[in-house]
Amino acid sequence: MTHQPIYRDYHPRWLRPRMSTYWWLGKWPYVKFILRELSSIFVAWFVVYLLVMVYMVSRGESSYRDFLNLSANPVMLTVNVIAFFFITFHALTWFAVAPQAIVAHIGKKKVPAILIAAAHYGAWVVVSALIFWLLLR
Amino acid sequence: MIARKRERPIEPLLWMLFSAGGMASALLFPALVFLFGLAFPLGWLPPTHYEHLRALVLHPLTRLVLFGVCMLSLFHWAHRFKYTLYDGLQVQHLNELINAFCYGGAIVGTMVAGYVLATL
Repeated sequence: MTHQPIYRDYHPRWLRPRMSTYWWLGKWPYVKFILRELSSIFVAWFVVYLLVMVYMVSRGESSYRDFLNLSANPVMLTVNVIAFFFITFHALTWFAVAPQAIVAHIGKKKVPAILIAAAHYGAWVVVSALIFWLLLR
Repeated sequence: MIARKRERPIEPLLWMLFSAGGMASALLFPALVFLFGLAFPLGWLPPTHYEHLRALVLHPLTRLVLFGVCMLSLFHWAHRFKYTLYDGLQVQHLNELINAFCYGGAIVGTMVAGYVLATL
């Protein structure tokens, strides 16, 4: 990463037109790409939120109630509504591209992409159902 | 010609953490953020009873899973956010600073998560 090209004196400048910072606006696939990239901010946010929840639950029942009140705060709610959309977007796009990352074979035959994607969506449903069952009993 | 960039031997590991974190967060987070972020505060569903949630959270297996998910998700963030800054803002010249911020943040976050979950 520290490699620097050596420039000679009087060398003409490289022709390197600068792209606009907003290059991704205007075409839906590019916007989608940037939204997908931005989803990571909300993944990190939710790690923090989850740890706060766990910590406050461990502090006692009134502390848990404080957490529930905190989560109902309008600012917190707004952040979490946005986080919900970004995290769901992350999950949907993540499973959609899984067949491109995983090339599985059964015997000599390649497993069709749709099957790999379906397996991921299936696992998502199972895990989500387990979470609902654990927390809503 | 500009010489090819040196390959960083740590790159595959970082990519694996990114990938594992993407998978873990995609599987677990939508349901969790729906419940704790929306459904409970908005009263769509009754919040988990305290005693039940406490027992669940304090269980060693839950803590271990949460630690793994937190660590992987933070490294997922670090890797992806790094490229968001590269591509979105085109600040490649701040390379070192961005790397320190992203991966350093993930390491510190992992240590905090480990501390919180170990000392509940």
